[in-house]
Amino acid sequence: MDKPSIEELERIASQVRRDIVRMVHAVNSGHPGGSLGCTDFLTALYFNIMEIKKPFDMNGKDEDLFFLSNGHISPVWYSVLARSGYFEVSELATFRKLNSRVQGHPATEEGLPGIRVASGSLGQGLSVACGAAQAKKLNGDKHKVFVLMGDGELDEGQVWEAAMYAAHHKIDNIIATVDLNGQQIDGPTAKVMDLKDVKAKWQAFGWDVIESDGNDMKSVINAMKLAKSLSGKGKPVINLMKTEMGAGVDFMMGSHKWHGVAPNDEQLANALSQLEETLGDY
Amino acid sequence: MTKYTYTKTQDTRSGFGDGLLELGRTNPNVVALCADLVGSLKMQDFINEFPERFFQVGIAEANMMGLAAGMTIGGKIPFTGTFANFSTGRVYDQIRQSIAYSEKNVKICASHAGLTLGEDGATHQILEDIGMMKMLPHMTVINPCDYNQTKAATIAIAAHEGPVYLRFGRPKVPIFTPADQKFEIGKALKLIEGTDVTIFATGHLVWEAIVAEAELAKEGISVEVINIHTIKPLDVEAILESVRKTGCAVSAEEHQMNGGLGDSVAQTLALHHPAPLEMVAVNDSFGESGTPEELMTKYGIDAAHIIKAAKKVMKRK
Ligand SMILES: Cc1ncc(C[n+]2csc(CCOP(=O)(O)OP(=O)(O)O)c2C)c(N)n1
Ligand SMILES: [Mg+2]
Repeated sequence: MDKPSIEELERIASQVRRDIVRMVHAVNSGHPGGSLGCTDFLTALYFNIMEIKKPFDMNGKDEDLFFLSNGHISPVWYSVLARSGYFEVSELATFRKLNSRVQGHPATEEGLPGIRVASGSLGQGLSVACGAAQAKKLNGDKHKVFVLMGDGELDEGQVWEAAMYAAHHKIDNIIATVDLNGQQIDGPTAKVMDLKDVKAKWQAFGWDVIESDGNDMKSVINAMKLAKSLSGKGKPVINLMKTEMGAGVDFMMGSHKWHGVAPNDEQLANALSQLEETLGDY
Repeated sequence: MTKYTYTKTQDTRSGFGDGLLELGRTNPNVVALCADLVGSLKMQDFINEFPERFFQVGIAEANMMGLAAGMTIGGKIPFTGTFANFSTGRVYDQIRQSIAYSEKNVKICASHAGLTLGEDGATHQILEDIGMMKMLPHMTVINPCDYNQTKAATIAIAAHEGPVYLRFGRPKVPIFTPADQKFEIGKALKLIEGTDVTIFATGHLVWEAIVAEAELAKEGISVEVINIHTIKPLDVEAILESVRKTGCAVSAEEHQMNGGLGDSVAQTLALHHPAPLEMVAVNDSFGESGTPEELMTKYGIDAAHIIKAAKKVMKRK
């Protein structure tokens, strides 16, 4: 199957953004800000970059794996999983509702295809991804392990335990990405906990660092291609990806306010008017 | 039924180390991780034979739990090794989310549990770990009693699909269970048959229960000794069957009274067959430095305290 073009990916992303705002609006809860900011990235990963197999297999042998460490941006992941065929898009309507597989934060217990570990308590995903990457090496499996973290999430000490570990053990089949939106719950990261020179930090920990614009589909694709070409050379690779929280919906951009707040009816209508329905709403 | 004696003492952690080595030879999916405590956990033999299946994590237990969860994806069976304190309290949220809730096939192997690690003192003497672990859905909790049982348990948990907490200790203790005894997860072992009172014991307290039984027998008291090596899932049937016969029970463990084996036995009796129960356990306090024997005496978890508890509970029938 041919990989979708940049234009096609952008059209998918537009639908994913519609799904996100509709999902959080329907239950008046959830996290639209980070979800919208990471939409282009996740769309590119699942529709272009990763080699994945269906039906879903928990062990994920001979395919690429993705872990969402910043589990609160579950809406974007759920939408991309559904839109890429892991489950019916109609199931997105059950997000955060009783008896649903589409839990508030990603979970495995209910058996939602596409998810391999629960997340939501921040700081754990890089460790899990490192473990999965080492299991791949033991299995002689040449595929890669992708993981996304938030920038506020980098406050967690466990991230840096895993960062040190990955370089020490030469885990060069992992491609991590940080959603550098400069925001977390209590405000800008620079005010809550300044990351200072985040590039120098990862370099000092022994990682190959690349930088990209996470809201420019071309930049996202090129960054991931570059990351793939850098992997397999003895060092873990990280993509520091600048994004705008709330990207694609003008009134949600530019602050931390929409980290975890759902739009009301009027705001939803406004948001949807900015996002073309390209694949049909669920 | 056989009464128990011993000719040799050995630490239970060596049972873990030897079990792990055997697993390395028989199950290529078994991998091991350790947080800078290889010697204490007796993992060196495994490392020597299977260096490519061992992962040194450094002093980073949170990361170790996440790594182990990740390694299960692709079919590995990771055994993590550190002290019981750093295997549980330090990393509770990591275990809860990445291992228990995610139903990952991780074996959390925890040494130096309880007071009997001795001189290091209360910072290291965790007495809450069984409680923390048994509260987690999907988690199996095992506390073997001697070298042979720990080795057998280590081998058995590799064949069990799902997260397991395996708790063992530092000091040399009597080896009194047979080397060829099969370890069945969730199956209590009746060590001594009796009719007046049942002692449900786990871990290092099983030997103390055997010593207590011998003393009580001299006074004409018939004691049943049951080894509960698996605290979760609990062998409810074995507990009820014994207490229906004896009419009263003593629980014995190297753990807080709150949240330990005694709690589980009390719950079982209250729900199905109310009967008097005395609990030999640490009563809501931290430990301190001392020798294992001194500490067990001071904190009330030795044979003498089991004897007192047995006599007391029989009067409550
Ligand atoms: C261990 C942990 N502590 C606190 C929280 C609550 N929390 C959820 S999201 C968040 C902010 C995360 O910031 P960032 O990673 O930058 O995500 P963004 O807000 O950019 O989506 C916090 C503090 C959590 N989920 N986990
Ligand atoms: Mg952020």
